Amino acid sequence: MLELVTISALNGVLYGMLLFLMASGLTLIFSMMGVLNFAHASFYMLGAFFGFQISQILGFWPAFLVAPVLVGGIGALVERYGLRHVHRHGPVAELLFTFGLAFVIEEIVQMIWGKGPVDYRVPAALDFSAFTVFSTNYPAYKMFELLTAVTIFAVLFTVLKRTRVGLIIQASLTHSHMVAMLGHNVPRVFMLVFGVGTGLAAVAGVIAGPALVTQSNMAGALGPILFVVVVVGGLGSLAGAFLASLLIGLVQTFAVSIDLSVADVLGGIGVAPPTGGVLLDVWNVTVAQIAPIIPYLLLVLILIFRPTGLMGTREH
Amino acid sequence: MSDIASDAVNTPAPGGLSSAGPRAVVRLAAPWIALAVAFSILPTIFTSESALTMLSMMGIMIVFALSYNMLLGETGLLSFGHAVYYGLGGFLAVHAMNTVIHDALPVPLVVIPLVGGFSGLLFGIIFGSVSTRRAGTVFAMISLGLGELVASSSLILRGFFGGEEGVSTNRTKLLHLFGLNFGPQIQVYYLIAGWCLLCMAAMYALTRTPFGRMCNAVRENPERVQFVGYNPRTLRLIAFSLAGLFAGIAGALAAINFELVNSAEVGAGQSGVVLLAAYIGGIGSFMGPVIGAILVTWLEVMLSDVTDVWQLYFGLLFIGMVMFAPNGIAGLLMMHAPLWQAREYGSMLRLALAYLVALVPALVLLVGLILVIEMTYHLSVKASEGTTISVFHVALDAASKIPWVAAAVLVLGGFWLFRLTWPVVGNAWHDALAHADGRAK
Repeated sequence: MLELVTISALNGVLYGMLLFLMASGLTLIFSMMGVLNFAHASFYMLGAFFGFQISQILGFWPAFLVAPVLVGGIGALVERYGLRHVHRHGPVAELLFTFGLAFVIEEIVQMIWGKGPVDYRVPAALDFSAFTVFSTNYPAYKMFELLTAVTIFAVLFTVLKRTRVGLIIQASLTHSHMVAMLGHNVPRVFMLVFGVGTGLAAVAGVIAGPALVTQSNMAGALGPILFVVVVVGGLGSLAGAFLASLLIGLVQTFAVSIDLSVADVLGGIGVAPPTGGVLLDVWNVTVAQIAPIIPYLLLVLILIFRPTGLMGTREH
Repeated sequence: MSDIASDAVNTPAPGGLSSAGPRAVVRLAAPWIALAVAFSILPTIFTSESALTMLSMMGIMIVFALSYNMLLGETGLLSFGHAVYYGLGGFLAVHAMNTVIHDALPVPLVVIPLVGGFSGLLFGIIFGSVSTRRAGTVFAMISLGLGELVASSSLILRGFFGGEEGVSTNRTKLLHLFGLNFGPQIQVYYLIAGWCLLCMAAMYALTRTPFGRMCNAVRENPERVQFVGYNPRTLRLIAFSLAGLFAGIAGALAAINFELVNSAEVGAGQSGVVLLAAYIGGIGSFMGPVIGAILVTWLEVMLSDVTDVWQLYFGLLFIGMVMFAPNGIAGLLMMHAPLWQAREYGSMLRLALAYLVALVPALVLLVGLILVIEMTYHLSVKASEGTTISVFHVALDAASKIPWVAAAVLVLGGFWLFRLTWPVVGNAWHDALAHADGRAK
């Protein structure tokens, strides 16, 4: 039992940190431009596929550095030539633009790499077990993922809170007109933030690709979870996104390892099982099976009872 | 039909009907009679079985897209989970049909869409009461969350949703009225056409009621609506539930048409398609989603026959519309209404010529893009089937350099020429508009 808890906690924190790598960019972009970037998970997927393709040619480490830069560049171009153009049509058009972009990126990935998973492997240098908890070997690659995520998290906070660039970005979030008056190129700051945000998502893609499955549905599977994270955390709040990432990461990881159903609980105290129909499905469903639903339940509950999110200040 | 489109924008004050004389009644009824005639003679023009199936699918999509526009276009609610009501309507209709067959109840197939409609309405009220408290991004996110919730549940509750393979039925086993067994597609087409016409008329009528006007007001300025004495939340909830009702009818019609409903019908893909259809057609006018539904269904059927990557073209079309024509196809058509009303036929002709001039490089650009996309696809995914492909009935070898050079020349040249010709269109447009304004004064 203790073994299960320890391993699940480690995996949950890791998953949560990966989520935060993406959610941080998403929430920064949202608070700056008021656009909830539907295509954010698509940039994560592009990161994984670019990482795979570059690692085929140059090896894993160059891919680890080059792929996020490339994807971030694509993100910056999307902002410069797409979003900025759509901005004058209003927020719905912006949201729909990113929605269409997510659709197109998925199709392009399918067109180039096919629908099946690609053979993106953990690099040989990291393919060993780091330590043994009870009887389970914990892979070193997961520790590398965790380390990368924590490092980026630290760098991001330092840059935002302690440097001049971070100061300008923070000021642009709330007083973009004033920042422009002071002679800063606010559209360029937007482009930079969009580029860095999508680049961070790509980092998550590059390091998560070998551990998870790299295939064309990975964006569609993760995108909604990402929205759950930023909405539950509070739109525009980095600290909230951090908290919600860890929460969702831990909840989902623990849920999949619990093999308990209504039948076990109620059946244990002597309630007879239902004879058939939908109730029988509910009766036999285990917590592990409903794990995919939990984040959405959380989202709906949060939006009903605390629409600003855990740490949000504004109601949108 | 253009009357309907223009009416939706230049509407007189609500309640205009009460003062209407017989001529106004004729004017009001004429487009609907024309539409009914068109619906009934279409199968005599397109007689093949596949064309009938496509027409049936278009009818279903029209109802679905119009119900979506009750949210996005009329009330300003951007939903990413509208397929929930469509799909649940379909599932309950299928279960209702199976129950009717099993218990040999005296229920004809014609009324089955009511089951779908009521279940759509019911789920609309349930989910609407939690999601319509707020508009804007929060509403969009809740709709997405609810959509994912239902889609994920559909894979768990196998008894109701039938798991991977879905739930099937047999539409011919219900009570036969007037000797109709609904075996042949033509009978199903008329069933769908009838319901489609009914739903279109009902939804159009709704936009002309005070309720419809208040929905528009909620979209424009909810705060002022409160000052007038209405509750925006109640109005949103009613609009949301009614949209669910019509989506449920569309879902039931789809269930009747395909005799099968599976969990994909409640999923994000289906929600995306209806959003695309309504938006491409144009959410600003009543006829927009109808145009969009027809176009999108046609593209789905035609393009998927021609190319495997049709969804990519679909997505690119959508992005193009969002960037350059946010009011959709109907919006583009409506832009020309002032010219038409001013009877500026001379300048309209000049404008048409300018369009033709710009169309040529646009087509060149398009052909170049299609070449790039198709050759990339054949080089990567389909490499095992050989690199020779046929585009527009011309055989090309995607592995050699010449087609790539040709494609690059077409794309870059087309883009350059289009940039050159676009000011011509702009000038012709401004001239025509200036003339129309001059005539109006």
